[in-house]
Amino acid sequence: MSLGPHADFIVAAYAVTLFVVALLVGWVVLDYFAQRRILGDLEERGVTRRSQRKG
Amino acid sequence: MPVIDLANPTRFLTVVNRVLPWLIAATVILFAVGLFRAMNAPDDYQQGATVKIMFLHVPAAWLGMFGWGLMSVAALGTLVWRHPLADVAGKAAAPLGAAFTFICLVTGSLWGRPTWGTYWVWDARLTSMLVLLLLYFGVLALYWTAEEPGRGARAAAILSLVGAVNLPIIKFSVDWWNTLHQPASIFRMGGSTIDPAILTPLLIMALAFTLLFVTLHLAVMRNEILRRRVRSMRLIQARELHA
Repeated sequence: MSLGPHADFIVAAYAVTLFVVALLVGWVVLDYFAQRRILGDLEERGVTRRSQRKG
Repeated sequence: MPVIDLANPTRFLTVVNRVLPWLIAATVILFAVGLFRAMNAPDDYQQGATVKIMFLHVPAAWLGMFGWGLMSVAALGTLVWRHPLADVAGKAAAPLGAAFTFICLVTGSLWGRPTWGTYWVWDARLTSMLVLLLLYFGVLALYWTAEEPGRGARAAAILSLVGAVNLPIIKFSVDWWNTLHQPASIFRMGGSTIDPAILTPLLIMALAFTLLFVTLHLAVMRNEILRRRVRSMRLIQARELHA
């Protein structure tokens, strides 16, 4: 596979796309674990949502 | 399970946790197939190998517009039915739509330089796409800066509906004005003008990017539901401390 005389532009386009998608995936994964950790801490301290409380 | 049951955030989370691994697997497989086909696609007779940028640029453009369309539908759910999951869906789509619009603009610019001889020109298609990115930034700013989340959600929903006017402008800009950007060549009356050897990998890549968007959207929605639970639990904790 030859990318021809404009290979730099093609490689840059794929690199930028990969970088942005990696940023999105990284943000989503880190945010998920952060929210789970905070929820776990709150539950350990005995804080419950109204819907979880027994009437 | 009836679809309406998904409107319950707890049931929604259960379904998302179940389908996400399958969606991730399908996305990875489709990208592997799409990239293989894209890299082995023949060069364009005029543009040469730079046509490979199209396999990123076109799906990103579609998803940039799809994201705003999704936000507009979600905005109706927020403003008319005041359903919290509609707001979650709209808020989750904003950063994704902005990211894909950004990819579309950057890859388009990198494609334009060798093809047109310039990175940027203020023609109607490029400018309306840039306006879409600025609108995304506006919605994100409303979500991130509102002191009261409900007020931010309503303001973002109104902007989403108003900004939807830009979608047909983007789509038909190449027909209404004389633009450097080429007219529609895939979805048009009389069929696509692209050779199947290039069209097939393009459609596979478009499907892969769409699955990526759906997967990320569900994952961001899940995060947002958890964040709202954290917020409500902190409010309860604060009330109990001051009681």
